[in-house]
Amino acid sequence: MIVLGIETATPRVSVALADHEGVVALIEVDAGRRHAETLVPAIEFACRHADVTLPEIGVVAVDVGPGLFTGMRVGIATAKSLAQALEIPVVPLSSLEVLAHPLRHDERTIVSVVDARKGEIFYGFFRAAGDRVQALTEPRCGSVDELVSDLVGRQQATVCVGDGALRYREQIVDGYRCDIADAAFPSASALVAIADKEARVEKWVAADDVAALYLRKPDAEINWSTRESA
Amino acid sequence: MRGLNTDVRVNESTVVLAIETSCDETAAAVVMGGTEVLSNVVSSQIDLHAAFGGVVPEIASRAHVELLNPIVARALAEANVDPSRVDAVAATYGPGLVGPLLVGVSAAKALAFAWDVPFIGVNHLEAHLYAGLLDDPTLPMPVVVLLVSGGHTMLIEMRGPGEYRLIGQTIDDAAGEAFDKVARFLGLGYPGGPAIDRLSREGDANAIDFPRAMLHDGFDFSFSGLKTSVMNHVRKNPSVATADVAASFQAAVVDVLVAKSRRAADHVGAQAMVLGGGVAANSLLRERFAAAGAADGRRALLPSREMCTDNAAMIGAAAWYRLRSDGAMPLDTGAFPNLRLTVVS
Ligand SMILES: [Zn+2]
Repeated sequence: MIVLGIETATPRVSVALADHEGVVALIEVDAGRRHAETLVPAIEFACRHADVTLPEIGVVAVDVGPGLFTGMRVGIATAKSLAQALEIPVVPLSSLEVLAHPLRHDERTIVSVVDARKGEIFYGFFRAAGDRVQALTEPRCGSVDELVSDLVGRQQATVCVGDGALRYREQIVDGYRCDIADAAFPSASALVAIADKEARVEKWVAADDVAALYLRKPDAEINWSTRESA
Repeated sequence: MRGLNTDVRVNESTVVLAIETSCDETAAAVVMGGTEVLSNVVSSQIDLHAAFGGVVPEIASRAHVELLNPIVARALAEANVDPSRVDAVAATYGPGLVGPLLVGVSAAKALAFAWDVPFIGVNHLEAHLYAGLLDDPTLPMPVVVLLVSGGHTMLIEMRGPGEYRLIGQTIDDAAGEAFDKVARFLGLGYPGGPAIDRLSREGDANAIDFPRAMLHDGFDFSFSGLKTSVMNHVRKNPSVATADVAASFQAAVVDVLVAKSRRAADHVGAQAMVLGGGVAANSLLRERFAAAGAADGRRALLPSREMCTDNAAMIGAAAWYRLRSDGAMPLDTGAFPNLRLTVVS
């Protein structure tokens, strides 16, 4: 069974295909705001070059956030509709877990930090647990100061990863001496690796039950200037 | 791969699954041959936005992601069409709110890719022009379409599928926007159109002589001054009956809309006048539009409320003509929030 992974919760679009042996195709495009333009052609390209036909895909894995709302929704809407059309289930995964996954053999505490814009970050604490990471906290939306006080409170050897960690590197390291990993974005290769394990034990949901993880209420701000619809 | 080439047969039995998510309506429909509506499912989010007095783009986007797939499933089920019978998938790709548009476009492209059929991005404004044809495919051309909604006020000459000319449009507020703003000012809640329509029945439309901007002047509209007049009048006359204000305001808007539609129809020698857009549900406008047609010996087509307001059946109709003339659109098509109506002059 083939797992298709869709990752669009950051400025990057990433698509991967994996079988039980591992990743057979990986495409990463720094798409800026062009997630919708890039995603389906990337899936088509990955399938064609990995010689995968759509009926072979048994499950769709998708990053449901937290992350950039518009990007996330492109990925989630695409994943749900592919699952609906192909009549297959979905494995929804948190961006924070996908981001931490490549560090799963690290003995330090892992903190995934996604830039939430508006001076905030989405973050969560993880630790290695076999060949996966295990969440130590619920995902949060907060300030860098809040993250720093969490780090100070724990006093553990820590590595932070994600575009939020890179953006606020100085503020984090000044507040608590820890390491910052190089990776900026979650990758669909980690997404399909986790999803493959979930799919083996049928930990999946129907397309209709996939929900985005926003962690932030909508700006209840009426923007008539962008209302163009007739 | 069929979904990526433009070699598609298009005929009376071609089945289009269409999606509309440009604003606060989540809609899907199945349309055969461009005219036969097999299903037309609309889920309005009005309740989600009412508390804010208008559509909140982020709330609309979130709701579309949740609602769309079950609505697509329902559209297919109500049409009694198996996915294998779907020949193309269409979605509104503009104009509209970018977040909501992206949900519909992404979903439609994924369905088209998975089913290996063409994708078609549809211009929402163009689709409104087809709503009249859905009600009556034998409509004699040319027709003048008055498209009035919360986002647009336009007079368009339609000579045939794909052949339009913009005759006039608003230079400031859209008619529906004026209804919403005046209703909010009068404390009537959201959406403003139905509230003013209802209250006007209890009021005197001749009580206050609000200005009819540019009534005798070209084919463009202006509603911003009218809105200001309403506010000034109420501030100066705090004891005025709200029903009289609503009725007089509504009459001023409708007078201008009908007079200009009529003049535009004369100007282009139109065989018929067609009403479209959310404001087309207004009962005074419908009554006066029909009366104007009768007085001029010209057909006045008032599509059903379902066809006037945002729906996916009109997207499916427009998509059929677009597929027939231009073929499939590429899967790297995105959303265009400021998309204009391509007009032929
Ligand atoms: Zn509309």
